[in-house]
Amino acid sequence: MTASRILKFLWADPRHYQIGVLCTLILLGASHFAFHLPWWHAVGCVGATLGTQALADRAIGRPFDPRSPLISAFSLTLLLRTGSITLSIAAGIIAVLSKYLIRWQGKHIFNPANFGLVIVSLLFGAAWISPGQWGQATLFALLLLALGGVVTGKAKRWDVSIALLVFYASLVLGRALWLGDPLAIPIHQMQSGALLIFAFFMISDPKTTPDSRAGRVLFAALVATLGFIIQFHLFNAAGIILALILCAPTVPLIDRYLPAGRYHWPTTLSLKGASHETLTPAE
Amino acid sequence: MKLSHLLSSALAFGVLTTATSAQAFCGFYVAKAGTDLFNQSSKVALMRDGDRTVITMANDYQGDLTEFAMVIPVPTAIKREQVHISDPAILKHLDAYTAPRLVEYFDDNPCDQRLILEFQRGAVNDVVVTTGTRSRAKSLGVTIEDEFTVGEYDIQLLSAEQSDGLMTYLDENGYQVPDGAGRILGSYIKQDMKFFVAKVNLEEQSQTGNEYLRPIAVAFESPKFMLPIRLGTLNARGEQDLFVYALTRDGQVETTNYRTQKIPTGQELPVYIKDEFPDFYKSMYKTAAKREGGHGVFMEYAWDMNWCDPCAADPLSPEELQELGVFWQASNQSPRRGGKSLARDVFVTRLHVRYDAKSFPEDLKFKTTGNRQNFQGRYVLRHAYEGEMKCEAAKDYKVAVNKRKDEEVKVLANLTGWDRKDIWKDIEDAGVGTKFEIRDDKEDRGPTWWKSIWDDE
Repeated sequence: MTASRILKFLWADPRHYQIGVLCTLILLGASHFAFHLPWWHAVGCVGATLGTQALADRAIGRPFDPRSPLISAFSLTLLLRTGSITLSIAAGIIAVLSKYLIRWQGKHIFNPANFGLVIVSLLFGAAWISPGQWGQATLFALLLLALGGVVTGKAKRWDVSIALLVFYASLVLGRALWLGDPLAIPIHQMQSGALLIFAFFMISDPKTTPDSRAGRVLFAALVATLGFIIQFHLFNAAGIILALILCAPTVPLIDRYLPAGRYHWPTTLSLKGASHETLTPAE
Repeated sequence: MKLSHLLSSALAFGVLTTATSAQAFCGFYVAKAGTDLFNQSSKVALMRDGDRTVITMANDYQGDLTEFAMVIPVPTAIKREQVHISDPAILKHLDAYTAPRLVEYFDDNPCDQRLILEFQRGAVNDVVVTTGTRSRAKSLGVTIEDEFTVGEYDIQLLSAEQSDGLMTYLDENGYQVPDGAGRILGSYIKQDMKFFVAKVNLEEQSQTGNEYLRPIAVAFESPKFMLPIRLGTLNARGEQDLFVYALTRDGQVETTNYRTQKIPTGQELPVYIKDEFPDFYKSMYKTAAKREGGHGVFMEYAWDMNWCDPCAADPLSPEELQELGVFWQASNQSPRRGGKSLARDVFVTRLHVRYDAKSFPEDLKFKTTGNRQNFQGRYVLRHAYEGEMKCEAAKDYKVAVNKRKDEEVKVLANLTGWDRKDIWKDIEDAGVGTKFEIRDDKEDRGPTWWKSIWDDE
């Protein structure tokens, strides 16, 4: 393959961007933000997702594609904090298994990383989510916006990211106005690194968001509202992450009433052709 | 879902002093090293398990007792039995146990072999003041839900319908309410908060025979785990320091709406720092905060309460923990084995927060994590061997020590922002930890094998 073809190949699939961006964020997290992130946890998690996917693909006779499990592993590495490598590995396995086991009409229901993250952090006290780990730096927020824009733009899922941020911003702004709080408070809340990473690198997964644009905007509104309620009325700082797993089961319903073509990862330039994710209807 | 809320930290009370300004009411604590580090600061211990919280607020107020008063927003109505007057010595003990520490090592004679000595600095300082009275509140939409006397404090629990009424009530009762407080009080009122107002009952105070005010502990149940700091930022000039000692069963506590970072730790420093430790720590903290824009949440200590290494002070005893408000310990406390206390099911996190209104617009929100990793702010002094050394290895040792000293100065300059030249001068002045003079200079500089080839001078 020539260099230009490789470049074209890399250029074509939004997952390549996502992998690149997630890697960058992990490195940034480990260096600049001093996450509690032993490298062997990352390796364990990557191994777990790749291994599970390989086995599951073999079991149902599909060609193995490492890209999606890599994204799940990197998202988990980024968001799940734990002192136990067993839990890192467990999260990876649960994440990928959920894709194969919890399906409806040929589409998996839960965002794999979100599923693994929530299940493991709810079940085990030794694993947790650190919503404050990124802080609120404005520059970092802008960087995330830019990187996120590129990734979601490539995946044609910028709509769900933007809609989520707009709905969430309206809610926190509305709350501030009602309470008579200064604007600095909702601005501070919107600058949360965790929120931006969620908006651009988790909820934007094309495979688990509704197929139509209207459906995606509706879905974003649901997640934003529920996330807001969990965060400000139930006082759980990981509200938005919990909201996604809770709202995910509504996606088949939204797809039914607001139908549109199913998303396929770009395949023309990929080496083997279709990845398993494009084999749409359930066998 | 009912919005419930939190107590304010000591700082919030500060706002409502009668006559004195923020400056005047902020107590200070003279560290063991004899310095008043971080003198505008507050100290709060938070005991948290599930939805239950006990907050114990230190009270180092030193001024006129008639002028003392504090106002704390609380999540629920507080009854008499939810309030306890605590022993100030316990918070001081907790402060000492969690304080950043200095460790000393002494090199052995390189011509032979280690010993550890350590000591610590007691940290910091703290808090609070305000005063108040009561009166015809009803017409202002202010309800006195309850009032009672506990220890040396007269306490009122107020609820209000709107901030104007509450402001007027406070104003009429002699509180100096700063500009801008109305808006914040209004926000708390809409979040369904009550206000816990305490002032000193002079008669009771004289009966205690104490010259100081004891900490107030309040127990309540609410899903919210946070500290209101907004009121306290109103009339403070510049940044403030807040120390939060969070005691949980599970592990470290971190802030969810600000990044919690670890204070630099483990560095080796020039030995003269032994006498300058408070200064060093203050500068280092300031520099660390400066790198984050002048503010931040820094973890200074996180440890299982059963032990420490090195110990700045012994861990708190189960009795002290219970007095402090570690409520889950009580049920555990059953029989004692062989007269010895049972293990303490407590993990303590010490957070040092430096903030101002601009950088911390929102109240602090916390989260208990399952992270049981121990962490401590610890700084190391390594004393070179100063005795007589008579062996070949001595030269190498001296060269290595000099190199190490260069490195220590570099590290110190980086941590504190001090000028390297000044540090060398301080070392010179202190007369400890100066570099070795190495004679036979030439021969010590690298390889010399060529000398024996030609042997010409």
